Amino acid sequence: MLEAYLPLIFMLIFGFGIAVIFLVLSEWLGARRITKEKQTTYESGMQPFRTARDRFSVKFYLVAMSFIVFDIEVVFLYPWAVQFKMLSPEAIIAMFIFIAILFAGYFYELRKGGIEWQ
Amino acid sequence: MEYILASPLISILFFSVFIPVVDGITKNRTTVFVLTLLGLIITGILAIYTLLIPVETIQALDSSKTITKNMIMFGGFSAYFDILFCLAGILVILASRNYLNREYGEYKEYYSLIVASICGMILIAHSNNLLVLFIGIETMSIPFYILAGFFRTNQKSIEASIKYFLLGAFSTGFLVYGIAMVYGATGSLDISIISSKIQTGQAIEIYLKIGLALLIIGLCFKVAIFPFHQWAPDVYDGSPTVVSAFMSTAGKAAALVGFIIIAKGFLPKNSFNEVSSLLNTNFKLILAILSAITMIIGNITALVQKNVKRMLAYSSVAHAGYLLMGIASNNQDGWSGIIFYSTAYLFMQIGAFIVVSVLERQTENFVTYEEYSGIHKSHPFLAAVMSMFMLSLAGIPPFAGFFGKYYLFVAAVKADLLWLTVIAVIASIISMYFYIGLILQMYFKEPLSKEPESDTGLAKITLVISAAGILFFGIFPQIIVNFTENLFK
Repeated sequence: MLEAYLPLIFMLIFGFGIAVIFLVLSEWLGARRITKEKQTTYESGMQPFRTARDRFSVKFYLVAMSFIVFDIEVVFLYPWAVQFKMLSPEAIIAMFIFIAILFAGYFYELRKGGIEWQ
Repeated sequence: MEYILASPLISILFFSVFIPVVDGITKNRTTVFVLTLLGLIITGILAIYTLLIPVETIQALDSSKTITKNMIMFGGFSAYFDILFCLAGILVILASRNYLNREYGEYKEYYSLIVASICGMILIAHSNNLLVLFIGIETMSIPFYILAGFFRTNQKSIEASIKYFLLGAFSTGFLVYGIAMVYGATGSLDISIISSKIQTGQAIEIYLKIGLALLIIGLCFKVAIFPFHQWAPDVYDGSPTVVSAFMSTAGKAAALVGFIIIAKGFLPKNSFNEVSSLLNTNFKLILAILSAITMIIGNITALVQKNVKRMLAYSSVAHAGYLLMGIASNNQDGWSGIIFYSTAYLFMQIGAFIVVSVLERQTENFVTYEEYSGIHKSHPFLAAVMSMFMLSLAGIPPFAGFFGKYYLFVAAVKADLLWLTVIAVIASIISMYFYIGLILQMYFKEPLSKEPESDTGLAKITLVISAAGILFFGIFPQIIVNFTENLFK
């Protein structure tokens, strides 16, 4: 039974080994020119020195919510569409109910001004 | 047939999707309010109809061929609890309008959130699969986190929401981990399959024990059982009072149904092997000890509270301890006892919280014991119903709280847990002090110079229904008892 796991162990060893080899090689062969900018924390181009208790726009959340609505829709719709021929007619009804529920959420966001940017 | 049996679920799901849409279309709050009431009433009626369908018809249904694929069970106690949740929703929503308008402002989202959480509760009550149970618990909890922070400019409300959210998320982790362990032990998520595997000893013992323990921890968080009860007083104290009324009754009842479903499946009475019977005795003992500590801690801490709302919060912890006695006794009497007690508890706790919500002002004023002095002169109706709720919570006949305790005690004695019953009696004697103390304060103290105003509105209907409920089921307890006898077959 354990033999089934042999490829997994090989994959672990190789994965770990390759990572170590690359790290060692780049440390050994690579050039090092230290500048001030390189030594600072990289924070997506933002200045990393600020208090963490900062307010940021609630629109981040609205974008995230709209993303979830469409993302979930695609995640379920795609496999459903691919396997459509094998599914029973019930699947169409089920998917329409699912889309209706998602659309209700989208509609609510739209009416509450989730997309208005000002 | 299966669609008729699933109709409460379908109806509540429809309304929990439809109400936000209506909220988006109309600006009229009364429309949303009426629609919510209508939705809950329709769901309740459908649940009553499914409850009256005979057991044979449901058992005749080949569950593997239905569209729900054995993930959801129908009829029986699930349908009974559906009615209970809808009733709690209706009572709370009736009382909410004036309270919200006065304290913060009535937002239509409130109604959508209440219906969404009831949708989760109904899913819990119907679950026959650990994943459905988990989805139900989450669907119930997420609206609760939002509702706890509904007064979003009030610091105490925000604190309650954040605390509840963090601890709730933490407990969900335990629950999911427990489900994963149980899946590892038995190879199934279906509770009836898990149950048969435990009975025949096909489950891997160690994973099963860890998994069951983690599941129980996760559920204890939701019911507020010692040592996972610390969030309850702060959350119930900080949340809007109407929300506390809803969370501490319907939410607790829903988590207890989850407990019943788990206990029924995992701790089967007819165990044919050593592991299963050992599991049974050990977990029964653990639950009995937790129940004993919970009621003592809840009642002793409630003893020193000066704030009525906080006292009710601690007393709800104590009542969770009494309710857990029914799970610890792990027999049919215990489960019917839980059904009776949660019905009685729903009426008395919602009633008591609504009286607080009617009297309080700016969430700070008129919530302490002193401010309740002599209010029977200015508010004879409120003082009278509050006394009824207090006597019922203390467990004094002829109110429903007495018979609720009685049935749970009988169940515990039948399960050879005499010591637990003795502790429960002692704990309820301790609780007399602060329940009767409030009545003394209301009737036998001189009123303060600054008297509270009352603003009952529709809350009067809630109070009348609750008072009538505890009186009716206190005088005719056999109505529910005769009815619940058949629910667990």
